[in-house]
Amino acid sequence: MDPTDIENPDYFHRVVDCQWACPAHTPVPEYIRMIAAGQYADAYMVNWRSNVFPGILGRTCDRPCEPACRRVRVEKEPVAICRLKRVAADYKGDITDRLPVVPTKKNGRRIACIGAGPASLTVARDLLPQGYEVVIYEADPKAGGMMRTQIPKFRLPESVLDEEVDLVMDLGVELRAGQKIDSLRALLAENYDAIFVGCGAPRGRELPLPGREEAKAHIHIGIDWLSSVSFGHTTKIGKRVIVLGGGNTAMDCCRSSMRLGGEKVTVVVRSGFEEMKASPWEKEDAMHEGIPILNFLVPQEFVHEKGELRAVRFQKVKAEKDAKGRRQLVTTGEPDVIIECDDVLVAVGQENSFPWIERDIGLEFDKWDMPVVNEKTMRSTHPRVFFGGDAAFGPKNIIWAVAHGHEAAVSIDKLCNGEDLAHRPRPAVEVISQKMGIHEWSYDNSPSNDARKKVPLRDKEVALKDIRMEVELGFDDKLAYEEAQRCLNCDVQTVFSDRLCIECDACVDICPMDCITFTGNGEENDLRARLRAPALIKEQALYVSGELKTTRVMVKDEDVCLHCGLCAERCPTGAWDMQKYIMEMTQAGSACRS
Amino acid sequence: MTWIARPKFHHASLTKNEQGCTRRDYEGTISTLCAGCGHDSISAAIVQAFYELSIAPHRVAKLSGIGCSSKTPTYFLGASHGFNSVHGRMPSVLTGANLANRDLIYIGVSGDGDSASIGFGQFAHSIRRGVDMIYIVENNGVYGLTKGQRSATADEGTTMKKGEVNTDKPIDMISMAIKLGASYVGRSFSGDKEQLIPLIKGAIQHRGAAFLDVISPCVAFNNHAGSTKSYDWVREHNEAVNQLDVMMDHEEMVLQQSPGTVEDVAQPDGTVLRLHKIAMDFDPTDRIKALDYLERHAAEGELVTGLLYVDRKPKDLHDHLGTVATPLNTLGESDLCPGAKTLSAINASLR
Ligand SMILES: Cc1cc2nc3c(=O)[nH]c(=O)nc-3n(C[C@H](O)[C@H](O)[C@H](O)COP(=O)(O)OP(=O)(O)OC[C@H]3O[C@@H](n4cnc5c(N)ncnc54)[C@H](O)[C@@H]3O)c2cc1C
Ligand SMILES: Cc1ncc(C[n+]2csc(CCOP(=O)(O)OP(=O)(O)O)c2C)c(N)n1
Ligand code: SF4
Ligand code: SF4
Ligand code: SF4
Ligand SMILES: [Mg+2]
Repeated sequence: MDPTDIENPDYFHRVVDCQWACPAHTPVPEYIRMIAAGQYADAYMVNWRSNVFPGILGRTCDRPCEPACRRVRVEKEPVAICRLKRVAADYKGDITDRLPVVPTKKNGRRIACIGAGPASLTVARDLLPQGYEVVIYEADPKAGGMMRTQIPKFRLPESVLDEEVDLVMDLGVELRAGQKIDSLRALLAENYDAIFVGCGAPRGRELPLPGREEAKAHIHIGIDWLSSVSFGHTTKIGKRVIVLGGGNTAMDCCRSSMRLGGEKVTVVVRSGFEEMKASPWEKEDAMHEGIPILNFLVPQEFVHEKGELRAVRFQKVKAEKDAKGRRQLVTTGEPDVIIECDDVLVAVGQENSFPWIERDIGLEFDKWDMPVVNEKTMRSTHPRVFFGGDAAFGPKNIIWAVAHGHEAAVSIDKLCNGEDLAHRPRPAVEVISQKMGIHEWSYDNSPSNDARKKVPLRDKEVALKDIRMEVELGFDDKLAYEEAQRCLNCDVQTVFSDRLCIECDACVDICPMDCITFTGNGEENDLRARLRAPALIKEQALYVSGELKTTRVMVKDEDVCLHCGLCAERCPTGAWDMQKYIMEMTQAGSACRS
Repeated sequence: MTWIARPKFHHASLTKNEQGCTRRDYEGTISTLCAGCGHDSISAAIVQAFYELSIAPHRVAKLSGIGCSSKTPTYFLGASHGFNSVHGRMPSVLTGANLANRDLIYIGVSGDGDSASIGFGQFAHSIRRGVDMIYIVENNGVYGLTKGQRSATADEGTTMKKGEVNTDKPIDMISMAIKLGASYVGRSFSGDKEQLIPLIKGAIQHRGAAFLDVISPCVAFNNHAGSTKSYDWVREHNEAVNQLDVMMDHEEMVLQQSPGTVEDVAQPDGTVLRLHKIAMDFDPTDRIKALDYLERHAAEGELVTGLLYVDRKPKDLHDHLGTVATPLNTLGESDLCPGAKTLSAINASLR
């Protein structure tokens, strides 16, 4: 193999799997170390810069980083990355003097955003400090989008939401609350320099079964019901509630029901428990509150008596592979199951809908009736219209909305400066040695053996009484420290200099994970077969050195490295060094321009 | 010095041997030697050898003298018995321990200073008595621990770190050991585990005095240009005569290679030492020829490595003394004291 090109910013980025997996590429280990050191405000600002809503995300993020966390390669559970983010937000203190300064003299460019969800708010946060004027049109009375209307307060207290939404609003957003856009053509005519569509995926999917129309008074579409709860219009539900669907909306519906008078709340899913779309922790939280989840039951009918909902009838099914090997649900032949209820919440999916975008304004839609959007630039086929968040590619989550927002802001900034949107600068990368003394590093290189810490919860009896009462109490500083110490510092890279190596084997002998092999060079598959411990995760690249004196090469399997630095400590010549890799995504502003 | 403990985490593919132990279970505490010291590689080779042979750590006793090399038993086989003797006295203490309990496996770790200077006599007598042991000299040509004075194994003409040239004759531990009657003798290099691990395994299986001279560069005081014990010099002058395979399992014993290139030496315990010949004219079972070969090649400036001598029918200290099979330390009073009746019978026979 050719020597690895460690100058390529992606090479070491891929070793920081959490950061790589995060749509906004938040420098995770960097902020975790800050939390361990008690530098909560610093940790908060690292987050705020890259994901805009640390306190919100620290409670609600879908956390794609955690399954990616390398700790699961050597131990059972990942670092509680998400809940550590919350710690930074909880203990940060006053950070107002660290916020960007918005120039009083504007640059003369005006941007309109549709919807005040996380995607639009990110666009505003990135563009306002650059001198742009940003107008956000929002149908609801307050900014926040689904973070406000959908996510229940027992998961995300209003004060936390308000605080972080206000950090953006106070940069000078002009919010046109209560103003629903019903024609993009009309908005385009107002001559904004760019328009960002961040209207989300606002429509809940229907379940058109017999009885739906007749019993409609007690059958509610999940997301409509949740927003009505959020605005305080709905404060009660029947004693027996059935929630249909297995996604995160279903989990919020059932848990909200438990707090609004539901006594016997049941979640019913068509397929298996394992196949449910809800995150494992959301299922766990629901079950912890005493909500059963029944699976392999397909709803057939809303049973009613003269329009009075009585029950839902389900067919029992099982999963089988058809002739082509595809998984299918087939009836078990057993009698149908009837579950009695007073109310039903339908949470079987969410859809986009763009009735207010005219189809003749040069903005193309595809065969699924979704706008055609470039995944890198977030631009539609209309040169001045950008999309992001759930509006762009269907319902995702907050962190994706933020990531889209950053990219759209870069595009808008480049557009307004007459630049090519496709030419996007690489992220800024710094690689700095962490050596402080002979065997001293600027980070704590001894990995902790602790198991993942549990977040303390409010007593169930108390929590279930008030829908606005936050369930999770968050880590205190001691737990936060212990959890932070579980992080393997995957951003502190092992950097090898072939010139310095005398091939003494000290690094090979000390490495607890058998990461390092000195051997003759060869093709990748051949080399992989000759490693001391063949890599478990082949997607992770091998780090191959140039030829050494004995004509061998050093091959390091990055896969399970603990970043313990022992290779560097035991190397007599400093051929190994531990260097921190800091990567900052390029955001709107001079850095993104050529 | 490294302050942190070696992390407990290990690679998922790490296997367990018949003892239910992974290789990591044969480690000791983290080394305090200089980073890059050859001695650490030898410790790693010892760990691997004991792991591969599935030896229960508590059946092993590690003994050593004084020196960086003699510190290493702390860094391997943490669950074994150990004794750190005074300078140069490892062979005597090991001999005593072996006499008292012949059931343990004895590994003596020493340095060139420990064995060729202060302990030269001790070394000689333990070898000629045929003490059943694995005697490893971690040979760096200097007294590492006392800051790099040249030792008795420093070659004539080698230069010291500050440029001074050694004009004394060196002691060649290998030919000494062969002459003194060691029944298993090998030389290797800390930087060549492929060669070293099988040599250690063979020494463990061998019953009798097994002696290994392992060149082990001292990165602090003897790894410069001009030194004949540096990584570079050893790599350039290393001439292996054979590559050993230690076969425990009869299944593996069928010879596949063309005859002539491979020689099997059966040991009394059933182990077969399979030697893949590299120097075709070298016969490690012939003491006189082996010594002659070593002399000739040393004169040409070669460092001959491999299994250099092995006795097909080794004898050990206990064979010479005719001791009972039961370890002496487990014999009770009734075994040791035959009683008044027997005593008077003996006395009567002598009157
Ligand atoms: C029940 C539920 C729970 C969820 N929980 C989580 C969670 O825990 N974690 C997570 O990461 N994600 C969660 N999500 C998903 C997350 O809320 C969304 O992915 C995210 O809010 C999308 O952001 P956005 O900026 O694209 O739009 P949204 O947040 O959907 O905001 C769009 C805004 O646009 C406004 N709008 C729409 N059309 C117009 C118009 N024509 N004119 C003016 N205004 C308009 C809407 O009123 C809305 O305020 C959840 C979603 C639901 C339904
Ligand atoms: C009786 C006695 N004399 C002298 C010393 C000082 N001393 C300690 S280690 C050592 C030499 C060790 O050299 P070697 O055995 O080659 O070990 P290395 O450190 O090179 O591995 C000496 C002379 C001592 N400890 N005890
Ligand atoms: S930092 Fe070095 S010694 Fe530690 S696990 Fe990684 S490669 Fe091995
Ligand atoms: S410890 Fe350093 S000099 Fe020795 S083999 Fe490893 S990288 Fe090379
Ligand atoms: S002084 Fe030499 S022998 Fe001693 S630990 Fe350092 S390198 Fe090894
Ligand atoms: Mg020495």
